[in-house]
Amino acid sequence: MSKPQHAHGDVRSKSFVDYLNDENVRAVLYQVIAIGLIILAGWYLVSNTLNNLEKQNISTGYGFLDLEASFEIGESMIDYSAKSDYATALLVGLLNTVKVSVLGIILCTLIGTIFGVARLSSNWIVRKLATAYVETFRNIPVLLQLFFWYALIPSAFPHPRDALEPLPGVLLTSRGMYLPVPVADNAYTLMGIAAIIALVVILFVKSWAKKRQDATGQPFPMFLAGLGIFVGFVFLAYLIGGAPTEMSIPALKGFNIRGGYNISPEFLAVLIGLTVYTSTYVAEVVRSGIQAVPNGQWEAADSLGVRRSVALRKVILPQSMRVAIPPLTNQYLNLTKNSSLAVAVGYPDLVSVSNTTMNQTGQAIEAISIFMSIYLGLSLLTSLFMNWFNKKMALVER
Amino acid sequence: MTQPISATSAQPAFIAVNKLTKRFGQMVAVDAVDLHLAKGETLAIIGPSAAGKSVLMKCLVGIYGADGGSIYLDGDDVSQTSASMRPEWASRIGMLFQQNALFDSLKVWENICFRQIELGTMNRSDAKEHAIHLLGLVGLATESADLTPNDFSGGMQKRVGIARAISTNPDILLLDNPTAGLDPVLSTHIELMIAKIAQQQGTTVISITNDMHIARTRYQNLMMMHEGKVYWSGKTSEIDDAHNEHLTQMLNGSSKGPITMRTGKREDGVFA
Repeated sequence: MSKPQHAHGDVRSKSFVDYLNDENVRAVLYQVIAIGLIILAGWYLVSNTLNNLEKQNISTGYGFLDLEASFEIGESMIDYSAKSDYATALLVGLLNTVKVSVLGIILCTLIGTIFGVARLSSNWIVRKLATAYVETFRNIPVLLQLFFWYALIPSAFPHPRDALEPLPGVLLTSRGMYLPVPVADNAYTLMGIAAIIALVVILFVKSWAKKRQDATGQPFPMFLAGLGIFVGFVFLAYLIGGAPTEMSIPALKGFNIRGGYNISPEFLAVLIGLTVYTSTYVAEVVRSGIQAVPNGQWEAADSLGVRRSVALRKVILPQSMRVAIPPLTNQYLNLTKNSSLAVAVGYPDLVSVSNTTMNQTGQAIEAISIFMSIYLGLSLLTSLFMNWFNKKMALVER
Repeated sequence: MTQPISATSAQPAFIAVNKLTKRFGQMVAVDAVDLHLAKGETLAIIGPSAAGKSVLMKCLVGIYGADGGSIYLDGDDVSQTSASMRPEWASRIGMLFQQNALFDSLKVWENICFRQIELGTMNRSDAKEHAIHLLGLVGLATESADLTPNDFSGGMQKRVGIARAISTNPDILLLDNPTAGLDPVLSTHIELMIAKIAQQQGTTVISITNDMHIARTRYQNLMMMHEGKVYWSGKTSEIDDAHNEHLTQMLNGSSKGPITMRTGKREDGVFA
């Protein structure tokens, strides 16, 4: 009965039920309710926690970061001593996490690509070995692998007294690996700055060369020019810095080895463990990426008389990259997050340093909030970079 | 029914394929195929799907190694080619693939002159110049050189494929269904363009087609394949109406002839 009236829309005004049945009103309503519940739950948790902490006489806040840490850290990329504050200690942990993650990502990509390609090799032995590698290390929990490498290094290598010297100046011992490095000098800082300036100059030259080639068709030997600019800048900085030649060479002094750069067994165990474990996943990503490229692409390259290795590099891999980037991003994120397992073998990563901080200060919530937001930040940064890379590589189909 | 083409050809054979056989496991894809063509002649290969046409073509270009028989090109036994001679053989044969098989990671000009760049027979600027010249031959604008194949429509991709196939000025041009998926007007255009290029350069053309009319009107010779064997071969000018009807029925799978699925799974005589 009300229907014709409704259609005319002049008699009956909308009731409350009519509003509830309106799709737009509903959509907003649901969201308001959901957000309200989340805020309520959050407020309940936070107020409860604060209440309980107050009862236990634990002060909250991030003031503890300025206090003296008074604990040593096994290895650090920046100046650190027990007299430094907690903020510096956490920064040391963060840098150690970033160091092992970045190196792990680079190495697992290289090794994973090699094994991924090898799994598709026409050579029976190569194919089977690659399969065995992937199936073995993919199926053992990464924490156990870290334990394994950490147990292996001290027992596989000799005491510093009888250090192995595979290359002149490079020592292998149960306390890790020692490399000869130049003694710190301002010239090296200068060289680093020069390298960055050179890269910027190269970018400018590259865009100029591209513009010129588009306009006149004249090609520019960008690789040689780039190499020249880079080497020239860095070498010039070296000369300006006074061309230091003094090296710090590791040698046995007393009971331990002094000098050189020490790569600790903890770091090696974490790096090898994470790299090996993640590289098996990368290998599978690369293999599936290659198999996703139609066979016709191989055949077309073959019909042109080029070798299979050329076809792989120039035709197949660039196309499999597109399929591989999103799952590769997942693996990079996993590696970064798995680096928190380093605490198990005593590598002073962010979690390890945070643990010590928590034990000493009792500021568990603050410390956890710091390292959780740092991991979130690192992961988002990785995602951001990979999304940009994915967009660059993506195929624009028309 | 089978008769070698060379018997009717006055010139000596430029391509001589003898008893070529290719197996995939139990299935014999190409079964003792003979093929003889003089330089500059054109041949249409016709036959129902899964007859072995594409496999034969891929054997000719060297993608598949033959399991038996020989392929002579201008007197050289190319089936015995060593790896180091492979680019040389490949440069004498150009092939257009059914799905074009262009490399969409590369620009159009890099596609066309891929082998010149990768085998080092041309530097990049010469290769680009050469590619632009070829683009002109197949009716594409110079500006398209810097695009990628995916910027193109199907017909334009086909033209790029042809440009790549003729980039070394080959003696032999192999075309796997050059007009598949194109509208009739574009098909005719592409067919005429190929004929013109081939005539100018004295290229021997072997083309797979499913169109009996195109095969009869545009090609000098015709070879019908069926279940890997040569079912009929000869001059297109010798095909009379009754013969044409028989071959067309054969092509459509409605002949009384012994047509079964090659996998042996279906027995109703219908081709998938």
